Amino acid sequence: MRAMADSQPFAPAPPPSAGVFFEARELNLSFGGVHAVRDVNLHVERGEVLALIGPNGAGKTSVLNLVTRVYDASSGSIHFEAQDLTRVPRHEIVRHGIARTFQNIALFEGATVLENLLLGRHRAGHGSVLAQMLNLPSVQRAEAQTRRCVEDVVCLLELAPVRHRPVSELPYGVRKVVELARALASGPRLLLLDEPASGLNAEETRQLAGWIEDIRIELGVTIVMVEHDMSLVSAVARRVVVMEQGSVLMTGSAAEVQSDPRVIAAYLGT
Amino acid sequence: MNRTHAIEPQLAQFAQLALQGLAAGAIYGLVALGLVLGYKATEVINFAHGDIVMLSAFLGWGMIELLHAPFWLALVAGTVLVALLAYGLEAGIMRRIVGQPQFAGVLLTIGIGFMIRGAVSMSFGPDSRNYATPWTGQSTHFGALVLSDLSIVIVAAALGITLLLYLFLRYTALGVAVHAAAQNQLAAYLCGVPVKRLNSIVWALSGAIAALCGLLLAPITLVDLGLWMVILKALAALVLGGFGSAPGAIVGGLIIGLIEQFAGVYFADGVKDMMPYLVLIGVLVLYPRGLFGEAHGRRV
Amino acid sequence: MGGGSSGVNDDAVYLDSRVLLRTPRERLVYAALAAALLALPFLLPTYYVGELSFIFIMCVASLGLMTLTGYTGQVSLGQAAFIGIGAYVHANLLTLGVPLPLALAGAAAGAALAGLAIGFPAIRISGLHLAMVTLAFSILTEHVLGRWKSVTGGHGGMPVPDPSLFGWSLGGPRAFYFFCLVVLCVVLLLLLNLLRSATGRAFIGIRDSEVAAQGLGIRVGRTKVLAFAMSAGTCGVAGALLAHQTQFITPEAFGLALSLQLVLMVFVGGMGSLRGAILGALLIGLLPSLISEFKALLPRRISEQSGLELFVYGAVLCFFVLIEPRGLNGRWLKLRAWLANFPMVRQTSSRPTKVYMHSERSR
Repeated sequence: MRAMADSQPFAPAPPPSAGVFFEARELNLSFGGVHAVRDVNLHVERGEVLALIGPNGAGKTSVLNLVTRVYDASSGSIHFEAQDLTRVPRHEIVRHGIARTFQNIALFEGATVLENLLLGRHRAGHGSVLAQMLNLPSVQRAEAQTRRCVEDVVCLLELAPVRHRPVSELPYGVRKVVELARALASGPRLLLLDEPASGLNAEETRQLAGWIEDIRIELGVTIVMVEHDMSLVSAVARRVVVMEQGSVLMTGSAAEVQSDPRVIAAYLGT
Repeated sequence: MNRTHAIEPQLAQFAQLALQGLAAGAIYGLVALGLVLGYKATEVINFAHGDIVMLSAFLGWGMIELLHAPFWLALVAGTVLVALLAYGLEAGIMRRIVGQPQFAGVLLTIGIGFMIRGAVSMSFGPDSRNYATPWTGQSTHFGALVLSDLSIVIVAAALGITLLLYLFLRYTALGVAVHAAAQNQLAAYLCGVPVKRLNSIVWALSGAIAALCGLLLAPITLVDLGLWMVILKALAALVLGGFGSAPGAIVGGLIIGLIEQFAGVYFADGVKDMMPYLVLIGVLVLYPRGLFGEAHGRRV
Repeated sequence: MGGGSSGVNDDAVYLDSRVLLRTPRERLVYAALAAALLALPFLLPTYYVGELSFIFIMCVASLGLMTLTGYTGQVSLGQAAFIGIGAYVHANLLTLGVPLPLALAGAAAGAALAGLAIGFPAIRISGLHLAMVTLAFSILTEHVLGRWKSVTGGHGGMPVPDPSLFGWSLGGPRAFYFFCLVVLCVVLLLLLNLLRSATGRAFIGIRDSEVAAQGLGIRVGRTKVLAFAMSAGTCGVAGALLAHQTQFITPEAFGLALSLQLVLMVFVGGMGSLRGAILGALLIGLLPSLISEFKALLPRRISEQSGLELFVYGAVLCFFVLIEPRGLNGRWLKLRAWLANFPMVRQTSSRPTKVYMHSERSR
């Protein structure tokens, strides 16, 4: 558990060096005539909460998809903790310490909450196929260990009452939390949240803000979130990056961004 | 002089095979066309389509041999009856599984196919039978080539139906509505297109095509329970032509027919029967779009 | 937040939750079941003992398909191909003098290899396309088995040597019954362990959301191939047993009809549960016998024709798709919940929520 020092609200992008936490440089994504992401430069500092806002179609989710390698970047590079992730295979992203949630909730609908969370810990080895079939003691120990780690997350996000319920039975708000828990269970150092507050009412959003703070402070996880809900953004985000039509419009604190005339014209309205 | 005589028999054999292949392929293409129509409307491949073809053949036999109806009456009546059956199938049964994953549709149509096959077997018994058509036993000669009249009729029917379907989809209001619904159901619905009823109508059309296939094909292959297996080759044709494509279905069918004929002569014994399935697997693994199909994207 | 404070006790709790039979009532029920299964061959006439052996074999095959389709979400309309390959490999190995356990392992391995062969190209194929590829594969395999006369004896068929272990013949009805039962129990335990471990969870992950699964570190391609291989291997074992049951194998026995019968079992039983696989195999396996009994009641004209069985299969399938898509297992769970909640039962709790899928065309 690391103690978090307050980071500066707005610092110019440093050149890539060994100390950089996360950096995307000159990211581009085009497919079928659509230039979804244009020369995006993004840097994230360790321990902060960065919000990515902008109108629909601005390319925010595409940036997340590029970082998690769902898409291949047409050009540009992605560096995380001095590792070049630009061409890394999709399933290795979590091993590097990056986890995400999805805009349309990609939970494992046919499983229980607990099974979803246990899957979050998949990258910790659980023995060979043969060992699993024979339920060897080594496998049993690994399963108990995984369960222990998962229970920590269950406690943090108060999911104990629904632990054994099938995910398909749960209300929307709870499923959002389960998806967050699953991402946390993988032990990431960088957490990407895609519209975590969409579909949540005011009370649920407040609770989410509290959890984001908990995650940042107690687990030392850095968070990048795509979000439309400005109240949540103002509450938790240190820095806000505004995107429009694939490129970055401006970067600043929540207050700075909300009063900028360009941002108001493009997205926020009066 | 001697040279041309030497080449001629080979050329003649080649042309004869090609002709037979096209004739067989026309049937596969027609069956596949019926399948594609149903798929375009409801995104379900009707695995009972082959059984509907078979049912039509038996109905035709029943009308001609038992009720002593003239061939043309049996043709029309059979087509109408089966079209109504297909309409009822879609409206009454298939509509209930709208929105469920494709697996449900696959299983449901397989189940319906079983029921049709079982019912036909129980009603008519397992023997093969036949009935007379105006073209039975006759064949026409094109120079050195020969083709049975029935086959010519089938090819003509395939071309005719394809042309009619094309004109229908392009130039009639109903046809344009079908096309629109196939591309985007919600948008079509919002434009006032009665999508549900349209789907049933399209299935009726698909049934009508199946009925024509059955009624015209049976005199060649005999009215037999095994007639349902024509769907397997139609699936290969469908896949080869490209999944949502009506012209692709016909072209795919013709190619499968040709491949079969030539494989029968130029490859080892028995390879001919395996060719459609090899083609199906090959296309889906190597080039899933098929010849005329749309590219499939992945959305996250 | 003290989840990890009492380490040893928690571990005991977690390990406890992985025990298979937790409550005394469950243990009692399964003990009674075991006793019944052990006693039945001595109580029933030989014909029914043979029927039960057949059911056990179908259970094994059904478990194999359930792993692939129910857990990993890979549609397969062609499992009979693996059953057939297992049967012929087993028969050939036995004919060459290989001892029974090794021949069984050989059958599993041979079928698993075929599973790999289909699994690799199938990585990028899903849904309807995969259904058609497996369908074509099943038909192709039947053709190949028929043509490869030197190995399979072609359409004339191939006799299968009697099974014997350490000199004891397992061919008699009771011995064969126990042989099949033992194999079923071993397969069931192995699969049960696998499916509740990380690999099983990975299967479910692939079934429900490939993208999310990849984001959690699951190698989708590799795992899909593993699922195919495991499923094929299991069906291969079933094929070996089936070869002994029929004592004479022909390619026609391993064609599309058997594939579809298996799919019926897995779906009717309830996708995604091993209990469902067993229940489905039980129902569909007993169906021909039930139909024969029923035939005696029908007017002669209908009962004489062979179509009744096919018709009933179709009707059962349609019924389950339309009325009870969760299968027998779904019914079982509802019944259990009903019994547990009685008399405070809510009607709505048992109604399935309607989930509408995105168009699979743009997938």
